[in-house]
Amino acid sequence: MSASTTNQYQTVKVPWYRRTQAEASLAFILFVAPMILGLTIFTFIPIVWGALISFSEARNTVSIGDWVGFDNYTAVLGNPEFRRSLRTIVIFAVFIVPITFFLSLLLAMLVNSAGFGSAIFRSIFFIPTAISYVIASIVWKMGIFNGGAFGFANMVWYWLDENAPVVAWIGETDPPYYWLVLVSVRLWLQVGFYMILFIAALQEIDQTLYEAAQVDGARLGWHTFWTITFPLLRNTSIAVLMLNFIAAFQAFDEFINILGGVGSTGNISLARPPLVYLYQIAIQQQDYGRGSAGALILTVIIIAVTLIQGRLFGFGSKS
Amino acid sequence: MSQPTTPAGGKWGELKHPRANNSQALAMLGKTVRYVLLIGLAILFLFPFYIIVRNSLMTQPEITAFDAWQWWPESPQWGNYRDVFEDDAISMATGLRVSALLAIINLVMQTLFASMAGYALARIPFRGRDVIFFLILLTLMIPGAVTFVPTYVVVSELGGINTLWGIVVPGLFNAFATFLFRQFYLDFPTEIEEAGRLDGNSYFGVYWKLLLPNSLGIMAALGILSFISSWNAFLWPVIVGQSESTRTVQVVLSSYLTAQTIDLTRLFAGAAIGAAPLIIVFLVLQRYIVQGVRMSGIKG
Repeated sequence: MSASTTNQYQTVKVPWYRRTQAEASLAFILFVAPMILGLTIFTFIPIVWGALISFSEARNTVSIGDWVGFDNYTAVLGNPEFRRSLRTIVIFAVFIVPITFFLSLLLAMLVNSAGFGSAIFRSIFFIPTAISYVIASIVWKMGIFNGGAFGFANMVWYWLDENAPVVAWIGETDPPYYWLVLVSVRLWLQVGFYMILFIAALQEIDQTLYEAAQVDGARLGWHTFWTITFPLLRNTSIAVLMLNFIAAFQAFDEFINILGGVGSTGNISLARPPLVYLYQIAIQQQDYGRGSAGALILTVIIIAVTLIQGRLFGFGSKS
Repeated sequence: MSQPTTPAGGKWGELKHPRANNSQALAMLGKTVRYVLLIGLAILFLFPFYIIVRNSLMTQPEITAFDAWQWWPESPQWGNYRDVFEDDAISMATGLRVSALLAIINLVMQTLFASMAGYALARIPFRGRDVIFFLILLTLMIPGAVTFVPTYVVVSELGGINTLWGIVVPGLFNAFATFLFRQFYLDFPTEIEEAGRLDGNSYFGVYWKLLLPNSLGIMAALGILSFISSWNAFLWPVIVGQSESTRTVQVVLSSYLTAQTIDLTRLFAGAAIGAAPLIIVFLVLQRYIVQGVRMSGIKG
């Protein structure tokens, strides 16, 4: 503390150490207690319990102790349905992640450069974010891609060609039109969210960079996009890819509502994502041992891919 | 045509002229293309909303009529909206009540817990503070939905299946919001806080009287996001809350969709009712929601 202070305010200031350390400690503990207790009970304990139960035989019971080693892991990994669910989600991610990325970037560029009405367009693209997957599934399954001749997609088919056959959409395996349904519903729901992230990043870009480029003879367009805009969107791009990928790997709602049902199986076997598989094993069949083993395998895969993605794009290094 | 000899500056100006015309035309063309694209995409994005409203106001035969697509019902069936509430077996009224209650609890408690922890981690000196912050950050590494199996195990041990607390409590502890609040309070001017402590306030007093009122913006942004995600959640409520009195709107709507015989008018009127509160929230509070989404973009 400098003694030579002339500011009256500073001379009467009560410094931190005048308060007793006990008071600070007590306050700290009380303030973080709800969060720490909650995370302990509903995150840390479940993870430890889940890890232990994954090494136990636990059918119709959640108790630990009937140790079976890695049996649950080999059973889950050896299960063709689980492996198929991993393939399913990889295919899904391969489609949804790049398409979402480019469409949300395109929307952000369009909205950002539109002078008149840009706020209205932004709202229109953003508002599907408010809709739940269940409601969107209702619209997609029963309204737009209804397998009946009255569904809108079949109606468009009919307008184009009166003899066009009625397409079942979600039941169609050759070609697998259900992918079109599943990818488009998620696109509609999430593109606006990522568009907002890109718009925020675009508005951070210093406009004098473009002016300088123009003075240097560059035309606004492709060239300035690749040399100025895209490199400056790097961090946002990485965030969008990662958030999108993590969300895609945890897909559940639209798959179970469009393809199958909570009560019935429906067409879910066409494209059963890992979370639906885990739901069926752990919650419906009550095999918590295998369910937890599968959950941990999926967690490891998601964390590993996220880290590899981060390493690949050099996340954390300076842009 | 004789061109006057000009100094360097003039020559530059002379060259610029035709190119300026050219780029003006290009700019006009580009602008037109952009607006056509924007309007086309806007129609596509609004189309599903139109389908909900159209189908919710039609009779079943009107919806299922083939080769006679009606863009709008001849006489809108507003009664469909009343009929949604008449099914006693799967009660939409209960669903709306449960969802509203859970979303409000989620909004208030999640924001409160996260801001309290964020304040302590930012401003209260404590020996193990960094360790605790690290532990909270650690949970961000774990993909949320994947832990539903072990969390289900713990909640069922605690007797939370088919209870409202079993649906809402596990989601009240948001590590990412804690992180954001900590960032926010770190940037909060120390002078205000110190002046408050000078007046003899405890840590709680400073938090309640000074920090809380000054962080209403970030609270609104994060609170509304937690309201929306609670209202729209499906996986956890469908696992934990299958009994009649604990079904959320989403669970009720999903059971309409997967019923043996699907009543299309009730399905779409129900979808409209389920979506309406959030569309209103979205239109009224969009500024805060955009702010919240921007903050959540930091994650990753």
